[in-house]
Amino acid sequence: MLISSRLVNRIPPSGIRKFFDLLASIEGVISLGIGEPDFATPWHIREAAIYSLEKGYTMYTSNSGMPELRQELSRYLKAHYKLNYDPDSELLITVGVSEGLDLTMRAILDPGDEVIIPDPHYVSYDACVILAGGTPIMVPTNQESNFEISAADIEARVTDKTKAILIGYPANPTGAVMPREKLAQIAEVAWRHQLLVISDEIYARLVYGVEHTCFATLPEMKESTILLGGFSKAYAMTGWRIGYAAADKEVIASMTKIHQYTMLCASIMGQVAAIEALKSGESSIAEMVEEYNRRRLAMVQGLNDIGLSCFEPRGAFYAFPSIKSTGMTSEEFAEKLLIEEKVAAVPGPAFGQCGEGYIRCCYATSLADIEEALSRMGRFVNKHKRG
Amino acid sequence: MIKDILKILENDARTTTKQISTMTGTPSDEVVKLIKQAEKDRIILKYKTVINWDKVENEQVWALIEVKVTPQKDVGFDSIAERIYLFPQARSVYLLSGTYDLLVMVAGKTEHEVANFVSQKLAPIEEVQGTVTHFMLKRYKEDGEILEGKEEVKRQPVIL
Repeated sequence: MLISSRLVNRIPPSGIRKFFDLLASIEGVISLGIGEPDFATPWHIREAAIYSLEKGYTMYTSNSGMPELRQELSRYLKAHYKLNYDPDSELLITVGVSEGLDLTMRAILDPGDEVIIPDPHYVSYDACVILAGGTPIMVPTNQESNFEISAADIEARVTDKTKAILIGYPANPTGAVMPREKLAQIAEVAWRHQLLVISDEIYARLVYGVEHTCFATLPEMKESTILLGGFSKAYAMTGWRIGYAAADKEVIASMTKIHQYTMLCASIMGQVAAIEALKSGESSIAEMVEEYNRRRLAMVQGLNDIGLSCFEPRGAFYAFPSIKSTGMTSEEFAEKLLIEEKVAAVPGPAFGQCGEGYIRCCYATSLADIEEALSRMGRFVNKHKRG
Repeated sequence: MIKDILKILENDARTTTKQISTMTGTPSDEVVKLIKQAEKDRIILKYKTVINWDKVENEQVWALIEVKVTPQKDVGFDSIAERIYLFPQARSVYLLSGTYDLLVMVAGKTEHEVANFVSQKLAPIEEVQGTVTHFMLKRYKEDGEILEGKEEVKRQPVIL
């Protein structure tokens, strides 16, 4: 008897399982493999949640999320992007962007529908498409073009089965940020072919010296964009699991239908914390961004100095250096680096085929650790120099 | 640019010129120049270390003294503040609004020594109308740093 469904079997197994197990067995590792802030959630947010627990806020909330949170969110999107979303029909509070992505795919895809995705991309993009019965279509991106996805490359892959384009900028794993004019070109393609655009903007607030463009703000794009965002990265709230979807009311209604049967609602503690974050979290974001930026500069400069060429990431908290000069595969490099120098980084192919030849280094860790990791990596690269 | 450099140094005075240069995107010699100028302008006063003296055998006693004074013509509180801050025992002196005027932080080897300073030096000053002495019992946080009980929360080593 086959236990797993055909659908589940279609999802590629994680190529780095072995790497994770190895990592768990080694002591004294400096990890650059962590995709989350190293700050704890700002105290005023934690305090608000503790207070709500003391008051007895421990029950379910409305399926769509607490009305106050949706109102605050609507205000936030208006203030930041001049976008008007009706809190009652165009916003849904999800369990992180992860659930938002899953709901989106299940709400919009029929079997065989195609979704265009940049490669490399966040690990769950293709898996969510497959689980919803769709087919992910990859668009290669590369270091030479700053890991930006081009409208022409997208258009070349549009078929009569294409339903949507799924992008996530600022990007995990590359740190790439798309300039507004390039996003506008993608918007044109979407408009011409009547495609939905799912824009994962979880890293929207973590940009350095450039401006983030919210895809829904592009001309004619609000109706056809499903904007996914959340609190994890900007407010250092990964463990609270609170995200949101902002979209046309028909899409939100479909997503809410699935959400109410499968999740009921996001946790009330997390939602209370999110309200506090929206009300008074701005200064905490500014402080964290300033700190990340210092580490970003140190990381990128350091990687280039030791001979791992790295394009300058302008968003998120990842550097994505090329390790091609060593002649090793990404997995080989990451595994040897871990064993020989006790530094953990994630091999690029975890994020798609185009990640081969790269590793992802997260700089959301202390400056001292970044410097120690760089010095160990420098020694490692030197030792394995080709020729 | 100097603001960025100052923030880095305020957080860690041992950050090297090279590190500051990388973190701010300013050439090293420019960083050196800016810091020298800030020292000259007394923007940077001193490079100190935050120490938890309670962990070291140490006999130091701290007190906060509220001082109510009569301001003087022309110079207001400044000249009386100067008379007080010139005593080495007065580690910090602030002018405050509210029910008293000057807050003086005093350090001494024993309670007796602090009490002596207050009764022999501070209280007899002509313009001083009265003092209230609070001895410090425990330090929880010093200049932004939590002194005890700050446990490291462990993250998972790899999260995609």
